[in-house]
Amino acid sequence: MGTSVSKLNKFTYTWLILFLVWLGFTTTFAFAEVVTGILLSFTVAIFSYKSFTYDGLKIFSPRRLMYIVQYFFVFMLALIKANIDVAKIVINPKLPINPGIVEFNSQLKSPFAKLILANSITLTPGTITVDIIDNKYFIHWLYVTGTDQETTYKEIAKQFEDILIKIYN
Amino acid sequence: MQILNYIGYFLISIGTIFLFLGGLGILRMPDFYTRLQAGTKASTLGAMSTILGIGFLQPEWFVKTFIIVVFIAIANPLSSHALARGSHKAKQMPFLKDEKIGDAYKEEEEKLHKNQKKEDK
Repeated sequence: MGTSVSKLNKFTYTWLILFLVWLGFTTTFAFAEVVTGILLSFTVAIFSYKSFTYDGLKIFSPRRLMYIVQYFFVFMLALIKANIDVAKIVINPKLPINPGIVEFNSQLKSPFAKLILANSITLTPGTITVDIIDNKYFIHWLYVTGTDQETTYKEIAKQFEDILIKIYN
Repeated sequence: MQILNYIGYFLISIGTIFLFLGGLGILRMPDFYTRLQAGTKASTLGAMSTILGIGFLQPEWFVKTFIIVVFIAIANPLSSHALARGSHKAKQMPFLKDEKIGDAYKEEEEKLHKNQKKEDK
């Protein structure tokens, strides 16, 4: 997927994102600030566009944007749930944990999608991504409910991967 | 405007509670990996909602605080992943309560190691 995107496409994407971050940090639309931002993000983009993105502007198609918004809400819900779960375990005097490292296979192909899945897993209920080897994810799980790959996949990754597949594959 | 203040204080209180629980978790957990769990989970939501709460109290800072929250959401799991992977490579084995539940990563690493030795020969 990464090689099919043209250089111009990648460059424009990098420029746009960097400029948006600049606008966010300066929070002003004064002429001088905006021009400085355009020039600075242009300069930085020249040096960094090759490694900044895999998919370029493709990500801005309306269908994908819709799924990204959906992903954001699913992720926020899972994040809040994760924090409450871990907090409950910490408060409980018996400290009910049953840790272990489990594995499952992912169908994602794009490296960026893999990164997002790994990050989301790390931020959700009692799970940390220890390593990814090819398509195998190794997860440290605070409360293991099953070691076979199907259970772990369903419990840990399914809700995120379903959406990520629609965005990236 | 009053409502924004209330939301801000509410978020900051929630954030401090979670940060406290994260610290408590680091004290109570038995080994490195489980401590990492407490450290990353509770502290991400803690830090995120504290910073967002400040954004609500000072509306002109809101966009900036939002960007900081996005950076935390990206950087925090990366660092905890690096810590977990690094300590596993350094032979720090996870605490296992149930004998049936093993360490899948250790097995995979041993496999890789054997294959490499074969290739070397």
